[in-house]
Amino acid sequence: MTLFGDPAVWLPLAFALLLGVSILVYVILDGFDLGVGVLFPFAEDDEKDRMIASIGPFWDANETWLVLAVGILLVAFPTAHGAILTALYLPVAIMLIGLILRGVAFEFRAKAPAPHKATWNMVFYFGSMMTSLSQGYMLGLYIMGLEITPFTLLFASVTAIALTVAYSFIGATWLILKTDGALQEKAVAWSRSGLWGVIIGLGTVSLASPLVSPRIFEKWFAMPEFFLLLPLPLMSAALIALLWLALKRLPTSDDSWSWFPFAATIVLFVLGYFGMAYSFYPFVVPDQLTIYEAASAPESLFIIFIGTCFVLPMILGYTALAYTVFRGKATSLSYE
Amino acid sequence: MDTLILSRIQFGANISFHILFPTITIALGWVLLFFKLRFSRTGDEKWVEAYRFWVKIFALSFAMGVVSGITMSFQFGTNWPGFMESVGNIAGPLLAYEVMTAFFLEAVFLGIMLFGMSKVPGWLHTLATFLVAFGTTMSAFWILVLNSWMHTPAGFEMRDGVAYATDWFAIIFNPSMPIRMTHMLLASGLTVAFLLAGISAFRWLIGDRSAGVRATIKTGLTMAALLIPIQIFAGDLHGLNTLEHQPQKIAAMEGNWETQSNVPLILFGIPNEELRTTDYTVEIPNMASIILKHSADGVVPGLNDFVTDDGTVQHPPVAPVFYAFRIMVGTGFAMLFLSWAAVFFMARKRRGVEGLPKPMLYALVPMAFSGWVATLAGWYTTEIGRQPWLVQGVLSTEAAVADVASPMVLTTLIAYLTVYAVLLAAYIGVLFYLARKAANGERLGPRVPVAQQAPVVAAE
Repeated sequence: MTLFGDPAVWLPLAFALLLGVSILVYVILDGFDLGVGVLFPFAEDDEKDRMIASIGPFWDANETWLVLAVGILLVAFPTAHGAILTALYLPVAIMLIGLILRGVAFEFRAKAPAPHKATWNMVFYFGSMMTSLSQGYMLGLYIMGLEITPFTLLFASVTAIALTVAYSFIGATWLILKTDGALQEKAVAWSRSGLWGVIIGLGTVSLASPLVSPRIFEKWFAMPEFFLLLPLPLMSAALIALLWLALKRLPTSDDSWSWFPFAATIVLFVLGYFGMAYSFYPFVVPDQLTIYEAASAPESLFIIFIGTCFVLPMILGYTALAYTVFRGKATSLSYE
Repeated sequence: MDTLILSRIQFGANISFHILFPTITIALGWVLLFFKLRFSRTGDEKWVEAYRFWVKIFALSFAMGVVSGITMSFQFGTNWPGFMESVGNIAGPLLAYEVMTAFFLEAVFLGIMLFGMSKVPGWLHTLATFLVAFGTTMSAFWILVLNSWMHTPAGFEMRDGVAYATDWFAIIFNPSMPIRMTHMLLASGLTVAFLLAGISAFRWLIGDRSAGVRATIKTGLTMAALLIPIQIFAGDLHGLNTLEHQPQKIAAMEGNWETQSNVPLILFGIPNEELRTTDYTVEIPNMASIILKHSADGVVPGLNDFVTDDGTVQHPPVAPVFYAFRIMVGTGFAMLFLSWAAVFFMARKRRGVEGLPKPMLYALVPMAFSGWVATLAGWYTTEIGRQPWLVQGVLSTEAAVADVASPMVLTTLIAYLTVYAVLLAAYIGVLFYLARKAANGERLGPRVPVAQQAPVVAAE
């Protein structure tokens, strides 16, 4: 265990990285299928079946990344888990009910008697909205250091909407990749309007974080960090410009570049996420608890770490297999 | 009501709702694999028919299990932060291994199992089905390891109120794990056996005479008749294990207040916690001593041993444990009687399903959910029987609860209960709707294969 030096130092860091990666993967993967749910009311009934078909084989595994993330928080940083989740008691409950509703609506809308289908479609939409909004709300409160004041609540409401728009945007770009014809054209139109929301959302969070927290301001605007970090906002701006150009030209006649908006959005999410992670490191509960203070006993973390080294590559491997099996345009799902 | 009791009700409600679905999917995954393998072996279409029908119920149950399971993982933090703060070093790795070795496996391969039949080679689809079944079982393994450890903790030491692992082998194979695991997996098998038999009996009663229905009634009843005696035996062993490690739980199950010899087996009675007696008992003399100590004058511990000198009660509330235990045992014997009688009627003159008397078919329909009743009653017995401890002798339930305002817990509790009630009704409704649809589909065109595929529903 002394291989990399003091395990009380590197293990919490390794688990913080793992936690960060899990949340990021979750936000991207469940982000697109939540986003598809948020877009539901804008689609016609037969298009809804196709939209569901595009996420059907994936959503369950996508949500497992949330379980992994909260699991790592739980096992690696137990005190932080308690502090964060009790502070976010109500939004967590709303998110959970949202996840329950949309998860079961997937099944019920296809299996319940036909007249009930419209109801389950509504349930799917509301569940997706509840989940996205409450996640954005929690993100806002987290940025604000989990304090409850009228201002932080207002900020959290803004991030709630911003994250929901971001999810619907990545959902729309997923649909551009996975569909064709009229639905694909619609998805391009949704992406065009969504892009504005993404710009506003990213801008708000990026500007507000350093303004409300002197510590974050210090981390970004000290020299030479400022210049080292400069590529981050510049690359984001360039990606947004490219997305804007691409969305003006899509869909192309031979469906070329239909992958581009989704891929670019993933990179955008990664960049934004990296910025946020940089702002908060080394805290796991903002300005209160660092990852080193909150970590479990090194012995227990080491047991999990060994397992992770074996299992995580396997998880990534068969996740890749699933995305390969269901590559290409989404067709209607069937058990046959 | 205070935060503690509301939080307990909330966790109890969530986990009760949750366990209904894994109980089905753990065994149903293996049954689906069985159907698939039977088909590749015999080429008989009835196995495909059975697979196609039951995979829908599997998918629905799986979704219900996944979403209610996510809720559990969050509630450790929102309602019970003391649990992880105190025993997180033990519980953490076990939960982590569950997520990593089980959740991802089942979730990823579920997509291929459900929707990949025409997209991947046959062997890969069978492998995916196997991995989903294996994943659900692994998930049960890890969670039962943790649960058993909470009943019979081992392999750790306490330092400043925090548990540290000293021996992982002792933690995983703690004294009650092997028998609890066996008891729960058998419970899952029985739940699915009666679900298969019950839903298929319903189809039969509304006129479905397809080969698939015959196959699933037979599979279900045979499975039930084979598993139930093993389960009763395993349950007895579990009881002896509990007597050794948690005697106060056994005392509550038996409604026995005084430590004494020649203890009768109380079949029915009303435990009275005020006067500390069990009233209106119907009992078999010496039987509890015989079951628990294998001799009529065996000494069986009583509840009064678990009250400290200053009057603090260190044993569980008696009535819920006492009643829940009787419901579980009663359901178990109903299962035994029904499944053996049914197998007898089917074997007589080799008449198969036709040999089943009509009242028996009617009885099988509500018994479709007998596994749920027995499983829940069993879990209430063991979990309430552990009170006032969360981790036996290590952490009290009261010490682990979050300091959340009780109106907040009440609000979320009501919300959860409403959602669960609606979903449970929808779930059962859809089971019977699917059964009716399948039955009608067969009757409309038994020899026209096209008619079966008429309603093409996306994402089915």
